Amino acid sequence: MIKDVTLGQYFPGKSIIHKLDPRVKVLLTLVNIIFIFIAGNFSALGLMTAFTLTAMLLSGVPFTRYIRSIRGVLFIVLFTSVLNLFYGGGTVLAKWGAVQITTGGIRNAVFIAVRIVVLILMSSILTYTTSPTQLTDALERLMKPLKIFRIKVHEIAMMMTIALRFVPTLLEETDKIMSAQKARGADLESGGLISRVKALVPVLIPLFVSSFRRAYDLAMAMECRCYNGGKGRTKMKILHITAKDIVTVLVAAAVCAGVVLLNLFVAENFLI
Amino acid sequence: MNVIETKNLTYTYGAGTPFSKTAVENVNIAIKKGEFIGLIGHTGSGKSTLIQQLNGLLRPTSGTVLLNGKDIWEKKKEIRKVRFQVGMVFQYPEYQLFEDTVIKDIGFGPRNMGLSQEEVRQRVMQAVDFVGLDHGLLEKSPFDLSGGEKRRAAIAGVIAMDPDVLVLDEPTAGLDPQGRDHLLSQIKAYHRQRQNTVILVSHSMEDIARVSDRVLVMNESRVFLFDETAKVFSHAKELEQIGLRVPQVTKIMMKLHERGYPVDPAVFTLEQAVKEILPLVQGGAEND
Repeated sequence: MIKDVTLGQYFPGKSIIHKLDPRVKVLLTLVNIIFIFIAGNFSALGLMTAFTLTAMLLSGVPFTRYIRSIRGVLFIVLFTSVLNLFYGGGTVLAKWGAVQITTGGIRNAVFIAVRIVVLILMSSILTYTTSPTQLTDALERLMKPLKIFRIKVHEIAMMMTIALRFVPTLLEETDKIMSAQKARGADLESGGLISRVKALVPVLIPLFVSSFRRAYDLAMAMECRCYNGGKGRTKMKILHITAKDIVTVLVAAAVCAGVVLLNLFVAENFLI
Repeated sequence: MNVIETKNLTYTYGAGTPFSKTAVENVNIAIKKGEFIGLIGHTGSGKSTLIQQLNGLLRPTSGTVLLNGKDIWEKKKEIRKVRFQVGMVFQYPEYQLFEDTVIKDIGFGPRNMGLSQEEVRQRVMQAVDFVGLDHGLLEKSPFDLSGGEKRRAAIAGVIAMDPDVLVLDEPTAGLDPQGRDHLLSQIKAYHRQRQNTVILVSHSMEDIARVSDRVLVMNESRVFLFDETAKVFSHAKELEQIGLRVPQVTKIMMKLHERGYPVDPAVFTLEQAVKEILPLVQGGAEND
């Protein structure tokens, strides 16, 4: 069923990670992702992994949730690491014609797999502990400097909020319309590619019509409450940087410095 | 002959996960050909899940649905045929309209059945007359119709498949009182003419009482009562315990009966009530 798709992944909680300023979380996630790529050997990557695992533990979100987020990209992880298996030097372990598996290849494969998994986990921490509203709020604040280039930051953030808000609604609606058309004998499950695409027309048209209707309704409702863009608009929840945030930033900075140091002083670099 | 029969029908959402929820539990019902069944129950009582299993939109977790004595899931590939035999009108069906003209949209079901152009046309026109849609609207875009007209067009789209069983989920929701009455009597007239089976899902006891031969009451995923309309409403106390009301007229008649007036408490339409009360008021002098 289409409803099983997990989108809005927010997992409400009261952990220290939940309480961090969303701006700090967004920035740190970005920086950490960059450092996951900078980490060039197992020691440095190990440090990033340890940091990520600590954050996961602190977040209070059950580990089964995180495992589920990895499951979705399992294929990509396997594909890239299997591909890497065949590259790299070192002792040859097995050989079929031109293809060979070496110790270096295995190391590469494991390294890449860990790197992608940690990457996914890191971004999952952000989406699990930050509600969509907080997220767009943070992005709006962070993008504020772009106003100099006449980019309508508030409008972009509002559009994101509205889009996120309507994802579950539209999924539910799609489900309903599909059922209704199936009840009239629409065949959505068999046939070749072209006939399947054609069969979607009876679903897509009502979906578009109702999306427009919802858009008009929402616009009307917003206007009735005197919404006229971001100018002069105040916030109900003003974001504050607190001691927690400063400590978190310091810890993250230390970890990043550690990654750089390990990269420089541990002589097992074999990947960029 | 039972047109539809369910045996130990159970449906569980998200079976095997920690979020599993049983929406329909061990339902055994038998519906005879030509019956008009009212289906009532609270939001979340399992009504919608039950009816979606009758035409194979949902596959039961366990148990079977028999259509004319045959398990509908016997041949998985022929489930579409079941959907033509058990026509389903969803809640707010007007949102399923999509073709560029009303006549084409009503013909969508019959065309999917693989009927000839002439047959499709015939069925569409019949269905249009059943729901009382103005012929002048047929070449219009369905999106240009009024709310009530859209509803009629959507219902016609299911009737045009000429199903053995017609299931309607809250067909009168959101209509004004006049539109409600009108639509209900047309459904009743359709039932009388075609002599087929109709299952009407509704929140309104008044509506159900007016049209049904038998009433199926669902509560917390199970069948609470399934009996002739009069008998179901005689269980007023039990119905109130699960948060359903008997029609207001019935309530008045019951109160009168309680106070010792010689009236029949099992009355659930205004006309019947008038017949019962009028002689009392007029001192029994006249019998209207």
